[in-house]
Amino acid sequence: MNGFNAILRRDLTLAIRNQGEVMMVIAFFAIAATLFAFGVGPEANVQSRIASGVVWTTALLAALLSLERLFAVDYDDGTLDQLLLSGVEPVVLVLAKTLAHWLTTGVALLIAAPAVALGLQLPATGYGALMISLLLGTPILSLLGAVGAAIVLGARRGGVLLSLLLLPLYIPVLIFGAAAVEGAVLGMTTTAPYAVLGGLLILALTLCPWAAATALKHAVE
Amino acid sequence: MHKFANPTFFMKIANGIFPWATGISILCFAVGLPLALIISPPDYQQGDTVRIMYVHVPAAWMGLMVYGVMAASSAVFLIWRHTIAHLVARASAPIGAVFTALCLVTGMLWGEPMWGTWWVWDARLTSMLILFFLYLGYIALGDSFEDQERGDKAAALLALVGSVNLPIVHFSVEWWNTLHQPAIFGLKGFSVNAAMLQPLLLMVAAFQFYYIAVLVIRLRAELLSAKIRTARFNLAAAE
Repeated sequence: MNGFNAILRRDLTLAIRNQGEVMMVIAFFAIAATLFAFGVGPEANVQSRIASGVVWTTALLAALLSLERLFAVDYDDGTLDQLLLSGVEPVVLVLAKTLAHWLTTGVALLIAAPAVALGLQLPATGYGALMISLLLGTPILSLLGAVGAAIVLGARRGGVLLSLLLLPLYIPVLIFGAAAVEGAVLGMTTTAPYAVLGGLLILALTLCPWAAATALKHAVE
Repeated sequence: MHKFANPTFFMKIANGIFPWATGISILCFAVGLPLALIISPPDYQQGDTVRIMYVHVPAAWMGLMVYGVMAASSAVFLIWRHTIAHLVARASAPIGAVFTALCLVTGMLWGEPMWGTWWVWDARLTSMLILFFLYLGYIALGDSFEDQERGDKAAALLALVGSVNLPIVHFSVEWWNTLHQPAIFGLKGFSVNAAMLQPLLLMVAAFQFYYIAVLVIRLRAELLSAKIRTARFNLAAAE
């Protein structure tokens, strides 16, 4: 547990001292959503129709953007070897770093999402569902992302490769996340997509840390 | 099982299987194709378009099965470090990707006359598309490392992670109400008429043995390229 706290505190401290990274993710989120707004034109009813999907898609891409550096920075300067040699369980290391990633990127996306949704004219009934679905969904993105980030350590063109590996795995999260918001906008019950997202989160939480830890061990071998 | 980890022994068996697999595959195609495409009765609703099924269903089945083989061999590779298991997975990936692509393309060709659209975003089609992307990711990942061994392990791990998708593809028609019709092969037997089942099973067998035959060819090539690599190393070391 000490190792977990230490790594979590370290990563959060680094994120606070180096705020540019989180700001960049938020800026990307906003700009990508703006592109959609320009792409479909200024008509409010068209925008509000697609807002749920656009907010979810751009949030997902923004999360992906930040994942490349999750382990790569520590891998490149040798910190990762030291951390693994220090006797911390690799699974604990992964969990701590993933939680730190979610607390910075995921929470930042959660805070920025209503503003982006507002810009895309999301109807008022959709905001609650947007926040709940993002709250359930973004941790899954971080967990799956940790697996991908660990797998591509040391690869050529790691960033492009990471998107190729992760985006297919992100599709279920996107489908149910956007479905929750869409359902809320149309006045339907949103229990089903929440339940599926919650189930996916538990599944990811039980499997992903171990997969990522195995990949990390292979990477530093 | 560990006996099979020896490449020489493994290839001896594989080479022994090869002529049989090729022969059975050709035979099944020779009997199955005319049966499926000409002799079998047209569907009372779908007419002659139902004949697409004889390619579509076996291709879908193989796309899933080959990924299963890939995941299983990857697990064997990661647990027991048997290189031959990884070679099987690596050699299977492009074959499985092509089967999956064939399934998607024939599905689109079938969907257009039947559903009036080339593509719908329903669960079965989407999960099959994800399977195709997983194949592409696996192939891309294996070649992306300077250190070949690291690439092998990363790809094996990805194959395991991606196997989560297999049950989703299989059960997608049961879990969700979709446009795609329910599976033909199920635990409760077959849901098609015997006159259609016969050619379908022949085609499945033909695809199955085709995969085995191509797999052996690809394995030979993989082992040869490994040998060439070692020979080059030795040559460079001797100089």
